[in-house]
Amino acid sequence: MPEILPVAYDSKIEGNVIFTQVDAAINWMRKNSLWPMPMGLACCAIEMMASACARFDLSRFGAEVMRFSPRQSDVMIVAGTVTYKMALAVKRIWDQMPEPKWCIAMGACASSGGMYRSYAVLQGIDQLLPVDVYISGCPPRPEALIEGLMKLQQKITTEHSLADQKRELFAPSTH
Amino acid sequence: MTPAEAISVLEAKFQVVKKIEFRDEITLEVTRDAFPELAAFCKTELGFDYLIDISSVDNFGEEPRFEMVYELYSPGRGQHLRLKYPVSEDDATAPTLSSVWATANWHEREVYDMMGIKFTGHPDLRRILMWEGYPYYPLRKDFPLAGKPSDVPEVAFTKAAPLAGGPFVTTPSCATTKDREPRSRGEIL
Repeated sequence: MPEILPVAYDSKIEGNVIFTQVDAAINWMRKNSLWPMPMGLACCAIEMMASACARFDLSRFGAEVMRFSPRQSDVMIVAGTVTYKMALAVKRIWDQMPEPKWCIAMGACASSGGMYRSYAVLQGIDQLLPVDVYISGCPPRPEALIEGLMKLQQKITTEHSLADQKRELFAPSTH
Repeated sequence: MTPAEAISVLEAKFQVVKKIEFRDEITLEVTRDAFPELAAFCKTELGFDYLIDISSVDNFGEEPRFEMVYELYSPGRGQHLRLKYPVSEDDATAPTLSSVWATANWHEREVYDMMGIKFTGHPDLRRILMWEGYPYYPLRKDFPLAGKPSDVPEVAFTKAAPLAGGPFVTTPSCATTKDREPRSRGEIL
């Protein structure tokens, strides 16, 4: 039998201590685990599904957890034509998402109503939600969605997450 | 039974106002009062047992303003038959066919939703595309494409859509694509 040596050196600990700012650490965690709320309303949703599949693999960016559960979501991807009949339902799901949350308007319809200049279509989801990233295209290719997601990740790294939270917690109530 | 025979049977039994033949398509203009009986006869006796579609036409500015259009088909013989009758604006009602063809139920709801023609005797006359409380009938000719503002609290709201201009509209010219783009007008996107 080979002799079992006592462990004198743990390679798992050494070299894994990092000094950083809390903001940067929180932002780093947030941006690399963006759980999307897929609001697939039209053909853009097909491209969104393609982005999540093996060829484009959205999980490389930590955004593969597409579950239809607003309570566990960080970013709402509005993918498709928002009709007036659907608009308040989208708003309601957005309201159910916990802070911090972000919104991506994917494609021409979600951004501006697109080619549907009509009585039935909301002319851009930004009339109801604060949109962080607009993605052009009709529908945008998966690369464009990934580009939009990376833009959102860049935006998250510039946020003062802890400072904002403190301000929110300790600010005198305006109500 | 040839199409001509079927139509002569119909003409003998019911009042046919007008018979139009165009490119082998036969259209019969009938009256509203006799229509439910005539449609049921087409289904049970003449073999036109498939109701393809129900639609309506808005001849805005004319009287009678509306026109109901029914497309029937006989799968056994491969024959089509189109039935029409006028509906005036003052009495914008039509008899339901939902007891003859079950599919007429939703088609009639669509006509009601988009054109505002009410179907007498319909078991469930609700809007099918727009929401309950929306005050307009969008496919009428006097309804603008851009829509009109409306609001049903907690259900839906509408605004008139901009139909010209905006950041995504190019300038028409014969110059290059680059020059036609909005950014050449100095608008930052």
